[in-house]
Amino acid sequence: MQKSLNKYISDIKKINPDRPINIMEVCGTHTMAISRNGLRQLFPENINLISGPGCPVCVTSLKDIDWILEIVKNYDMQIFTFGDMLRVPGSKNSLQDLKSSGKKINVCYSPMDALNFAISNPKKLTLFIAIGFETTAPLTAVILKRAKENNLNNFFVFSTHKVVPPALEILLEDRKVKIDGFLCPGHVSAIIGSTPYNFIPEKYEIPCVISGFEPMDMVSSVHSILKQITDKKPEVEIQYKRVVKKNGNPEAIKQIYSVFEPSNADWRGLGKIPGSGLCLKESYQKFDSKTKFPVKSIKPKEHPGCDCGKILKGIKKPNQCKLFAKACTPEYPIGPCMVSSEGSCAAYYKYERHGKD
Amino acid sequence: MCLAIPAKIIEITKNTAKVESLGVSKDVDISLLPEAKVGDFVIVHAGFAIQVIDEEEALKTHEYWKEYLDAEKPK
Repeated sequence: MQKSLNKYISDIKKINPDRPINIMEVCGTHTMAISRNGLRQLFPENINLISGPGCPVCVTSLKDIDWILEIVKNYDMQIFTFGDMLRVPGSKNSLQDLKSSGKKINVCYSPMDALNFAISNPKKLTLFIAIGFETTAPLTAVILKRAKENNLNNFFVFSTHKVVPPALEILLEDRKVKIDGFLCPGHVSAIIGSTPYNFIPEKYEIPCVISGFEPMDMVSSVHSILKQITDKKPEVEIQYKRVVKKNGNPEAIKQIYSVFEPSNADWRGLGKIPGSGLCLKESYQKFDSKTKFPVKSIKPKEHPGCDCGKILKGIKKPNQCKLFAKACTPEYPIGPCMVSSEGSCAAYYKYERHGKD
Repeated sequence: MCLAIPAKIIEITKNTAKVESLGVSKDVDISLLPEAKVGDFVIVHAGFAIQVIDEEEALKTHEYWKEYLDAEKPK
């Protein structure tokens, strides 16, 4: 029989080390689950749950956002994107602003919607803004393969796809935030499995637990991290066993690397991370909007007061940004962390605005 | 974005499966799960099935959820 939630909490109190413990979650859905379910309040004061770079929209660099906006502004195309991207502010405006001014911007549920549109409308140029980590990259890979099979000449992709493990290594090397354990993302790991995180316990002696999204999953994952700390046996543990296999989904990994190859990528807050991006392989270049639709040079201009970069590294909490809930709100967002439904500022604003830090 | 929904496969036609989740049925792409079969529970992300859910592990989770919900019932 599995343990109940209360049993986990009382066990956590028993094994809780007498020092601050920083546990970083690297998945926007975990961020939301923690805030929505009030999990921060369940744990002893010394256990500090901090958000990392787990929201794909939030970590997309301002340069990429401006680049997308320039393409949309300068070319007549049907744009397909996930809803979270619409209101992310660029240096001057957002996709929502361009939509209001008449650009054809469609919110899609699946990348397949973009592909099907392109197949049914061969005379219309169609651009899919591909955003997301390893969970979403294989989907883009599948539609690009279909685009190639169908010999499409009107379908293009702007890839901002990124992979998670190199970003974790950057955070660990940076040492501005002491991380005592990682709650690893559930559905990224459904694709990549547990082995890509092995360097974390091996090189940095830090526990990793791949967690599910229910309150019970997350509480038991925090318990496992603390147990690994007290036992001094850091390892990569899969709590979300009902979905995550050690080797992930090999077919999905195969699909990703048949279409994409690793590239350097700019992350908001973290800067350029070698090998953390996914760009189109030579054989898929004809679908790459970055080369097919040139734009003039992009000079991204960050809002001087926005702390999204520091928040994504766990250096600041959302309510420590001076714009939080004042100049920056979900209605009038200044940074992406307040826009995305998985952003930590949006989570704090919605559920923890009046609570403790 | 990573909110993925569990669903049961009802029928398969080539790369597409009809799945049912909480009484709603829809078509999803199963290219990423070549071994998926009718009756499997899968996690669906943005129109694609991305992983089969281990039934035994899923049932274990149900067990502790039942216990949790029972404990939360008003006395």
